[in-house]
Amino acid sequence: MSTLHTVNKSPFERANLDACLGHALPGDAILLIEDGVFAAMKATNLAARMTDAAKTFKLYALAADLKARGMDPANVVDGCTVVDYAGFVDLAAANSAVNAWL
Amino acid sequence: MDEEFESGVVKKFMYVNRKAPYGTIYALEVLEMVLISAAFDQDVHMAFLDDGVYQIKKGQDPMSGAGMKNFSPTYRALEGYDIEKLYVEQESLEERGLTEADLLVPVEVLSRADMAKLMGEMDVILGG
Amino acid sequence: MKFGILVNEGPYNHQASDSAYQFAKAALEKGHEIYRVFFYYDGVYNANKFGEPPTDDRNVTRNWQKLAEQYKLDMVVCVAAGLRRGIVDSTLAEGFRISGLGQLIEAGIQADRLMAFGD
Repeated sequence: MSTLHTVNKSPFERANLDACLGHALPGDAILLIEDGVFAAMKATNLAARMTDAAKTFKLYALAADLKARGMDPANVVDGCTVVDYAGFVDLAAANSAVNAWL
Repeated sequence: MDEEFESGVVKKFMYVNRKAPYGTIYALEVLEMVLISAAFDQDVHMAFLDDGVYQIKKGQDPMSGAGMKNFSPTYRALEGYDIEKLYVEQESLEERGLTEADLLVPVEVLSRADMAKLMGEMDVILGG
Repeated sequence: MKFGILVNEGPYNHQASDSAYQFAKAALEKGHEIYRVFFYYDGVYNANKFGEPPTDDRNVTRNWQKLAEQYKLDMVVCVAAGLRRGIVDSTLAEGFRISGLGQLIEAGIQADRLMAFGD
């Protein structure tokens, strides 16, 4: 049993990422999509926290949403894996439930 | 009822309420989902965390001034639909200066860690 | 694997419907099945047949229609949420059908995973 969590809000605007990190269980997957992808960037003041989170959870960011926003997939925090939509589908299939932090 | 309704499959559903009522419609329409799901004999859980705890605050009066429908009595009617698994997160109450005595319906108060564990046991998680 | 898809927001205002569409398309291209796409809350506006975005932008309603046609998708608009917002038989775009919220719960039961996209 593991869960795929999706977070689609910028951490600079809303607390959805905090809520997700507060409720995900060790080993769960967290996928950042839409405005949620900003949390994956290593230049932000969240980077240390996200690098740390990537040690407890499997951290992912959606390539299409990074690219849409001019964020270079090469500049995500250590431990964060960039996936395409096919990868998103694989993550949903590989985990037993999906929790969208809307 | 459709044949599928009698498939015998019982899943653990959790309705996660994280938004306050009235500012947006999510709380009201989640409640409509919950009521419908009662007809499917599923294992229904309702979780209230973050601003979702405001949904079950006593004394709501959206009608007289804001001109909106008061749907809060519906939470008390859930028991009649055999929806009795209502969980509220302790930390979310505390952060907002609320206690269990402020709530309009009997609930089980869980720590954030226990809420996380319970969420991890679910098959289907819906929110708004 | 069978996926159920829930779309909670209308087109254009929020990316939710685009994300749901891209996910559904990727899942179908990988050989998965979409049990049903259910439109709830403002998501019912995705089925508004009168939407006409500028021609240099994507047409979200048309995207769903094309995908549904190609893969015979079941696209259901919640009757109560639709009535509240004026999405009824006379405003409903082709390829969508109106039905009860029970169709969402049923998708949750029948599908292996229920994917929610919203605000």
